[in-house]
Amino acid sequence: MSFFVDVLVGGLLSGVMYSLVALGFVLIYKTSGVLNFAQGAMVLFAALTFVSLTEHKLPFAVSLLVTLAIMVALGWLIERFVLKPLVNQSSITLFMATLGLSYVIEGAAQLLWGTEVHGLDLGIPDTPMQFGSVAISEFDLVAALIAATMVAALTLFFRTTRTGLAFRAVADDQLAAIAVGLRLSHVWAIAWALAGVVALVAGLLWGARLGVQFSLSTVVLKALPVLVLGGFDSIAGAIVGGLLIGAIEKSAEVYIGPFVGGGTEGWIAYVVALGFLLVRPAGLFGQRELVRA
Amino acid sequence: MFSSSYKGRLMPVLLASAALALGGAIALPSFAAPDRGQEYFPLQSYRVGPYAAGGTGFFGGFIDYMNLINMRDGGVNGVKLTWNECETEYEVERGVECYERMKTQGNPGPAAMNPLSVGIAYALLDRSTSDKIPLITINHGRTDTTDGAVFPYIFPLLLNPWSEASAMVNYVAQRDGGLDKLRGRKIVVLYHGSPYGRETIPIFALLSQKYGFEVTEIEVPHPGNQQQSQWLQIQRIAPEFVILRGWGVMNPVALKTAQQVGFPADHIIGNIWSNSEEDVRPAGAAAVGYIALTDHPSGTEFPVVQEIIKTVYGANKGNLDDKSRIGSGYHTLGIINGILNVEALRIAQQHFGDKALSGEQVQWGFDHLDLDDKRIAELGATGLLPPIHVTCADHEGAGAVKFQQWDGQRWVTKTGWIQADRKLLRPLIEASANKYAAEHHITPRNCAKTS
Repeated sequence: MSFFVDVLVGGLLSGVMYSLVALGFVLIYKTSGVLNFAQGAMVLFAALTFVSLTEHKLPFAVSLLVTLAIMVALGWLIERFVLKPLVNQSSITLFMATLGLSYVIEGAAQLLWGTEVHGLDLGIPDTPMQFGSVAISEFDLVAALIAATMVAALTLFFRTTRTGLAFRAVADDQLAAIAVGLRLSHVWAIAWALAGVVALVAGLLWGARLGVQFSLSTVVLKALPVLVLGGFDSIAGAIVGGLLIGAIEKSAEVYIGPFVGGGTEGWIAYVVALGFLLVRPAGLFGQRELVRA
Repeated sequence: MFSSSYKGRLMPVLLASAALALGGAIALPSFAAPDRGQEYFPLQSYRVGPYAAGGTGFFGGFIDYMNLINMRDGGVNGVKLTWNECETEYEVERGVECYERMKTQGNPGPAAMNPLSVGIAYALLDRSTSDKIPLITINHGRTDTTDGAVFPYIFPLLLNPWSEASAMVNYVAQRDGGLDKLRGRKIVVLYHGSPYGRETIPIFALLSQKYGFEVTEIEVPHPGNQQQSQWLQIQRIAPEFVILRGWGVMNPVALKTAQQVGFPADHIIGNIWSNSEEDVRPAGAAAVGYIALTDHPSGTEFPVVQEIIKTVYGANKGNLDDKSRIGSGYHTLGIINGILNVEALRIAQQHFGDKALSGEQVQWGFDHLDLDDKRIAELGATGLLPPIHVTCADHEGAGAVKFQQWDGQRWVTKTGWIQADRKLLRPLIEASANKYAAEHHITPRNCAKTS
């Protein structure tokens, strides 16, 4: 039983890491209906920029602030020069634009900062802490705390600020939002800038865990089943989806893996997502679209 | 914000990207025509993408060595070495495309292909044989290509995967006080979920039967950036040793996750693709004490590396922009690969004359590649690579490794050369190669008659 709890808790905590990436997707999708495939590349860009600045002897806090500014600027530039010219294009066109964008950002990150692997030490120990019979990594706990803080901050932002209200209006009905005088491009620019900030947080935590290297951009692939489960436009869904995917894939690897030759972690999340698409296409918390027949 | 090395680092990536944008278009060879022609080495390299750290180090070392030969010796017996690069990003289809473009370059054609990729090597097995171009898979590749009777043009030089597995078990035994002490021991093999990772599954099973240890083989799905469930299983099994057969990001994540579950780093033994500085540095303190196998120790103390620093980097022609990477694991492996290619050419020239040779002629050189301690000392590489004696039947030629331990800053060599159990493995290699020959209607060479 204690082993099962170990596996379950480990899965839930690793799911939090997926949620961090999924949050960036949700921010963009919620406001513009665009599935931003470049979010993984933004995670890589943020982590690589931060670690390269620290390696150039900039203090931690300064590096963080400079990277934050760069990510905000990057988000703004993407909106201004990629998405704005594509307003009113189909969803698939916008998706393809972000797909292309991901290659450009990955290439630019490597062009600017090189292709070497960098270590990143955030000063958070990654050693086990005992809670009864269950061992939990201190790093995972801090990551979970950061994710919870981000969700709380984003929820407050959406519910209590004028900009947040504008976000919700745009998410609800873009034409109506324009009709009441909201500047769509302004809202989108802020959403992309926020996605850049989320990418930085995810990049730092994933970078500390994996090392800062190209593989960071591939974590985006695990965020997709999280979004299918939680819903593409729900912040709470990103968290719940992440927890579910983490718990399912770890349990499957341990309890089903030995019977099917192992390696279930690579595909089980997508099988679960496929099942969800069949029975609940909008995900657990996603907004269901009602179409008049 | 940008350091002075920025432009230097930018340039190769820019060139690689430009080459990529042109669909892998190939630049002209780097040198003007010398008196005795030019020997052409096409490089299917990867300087961008997920495995760029390995690619830049390995191909950087290879190019640095060829530059040393040109600058110091004027080439090999007057034949200048030339090369160009085609970016593969470690992707098989790009590797094959590069091969097809490059195989017609140079006069009299390529000396050998060195893709440094199991996937690309698998895809080129038949092509390189029919095109009569040696395919070099140093320290990797398909194990049964060791049998040169069936695979005359494929050379898994120095160490094939089965020898690697055997040497690792021998090391564990040596640490425990002998092979008889292995009985009842528990060993977990944590392997990369790819053909490379699965290559040794039958051999570990065989070795466990022979020596009586209990082996559990656990797969980590590509790319390996989540391993908690695997390490929880390891925690439950409580093995004495974990053998890590990783690649890329899987390695530092394994070390970090081991630390999370409290498994000691000095009981994790990494294989040949888990032994570079790039594998341990991202893991930070979790990697301290970790042990890995190598046949290409890191370091700049070897005379050949010193000569490269003095002659090539001294003339500002070094290939690595970050000079702190000179002598890193990937870089020294590239230098060794350069040594083996150049020596094969030199040996072939003794047979065919001091001129630029075709791939078919250079194959003869690889087939007779023989570097003893004396020759290795002359090359300034004592301790850098083991003696190698390749024959028509044996395209591995060595099978010896050392073990090194990461102290947080650098690798410290802990053993001398440890041999694989090649007598045990040879019949298995021949059986597998003969099966391949039967399936592909290949008539094996008669190595007893080959001169």
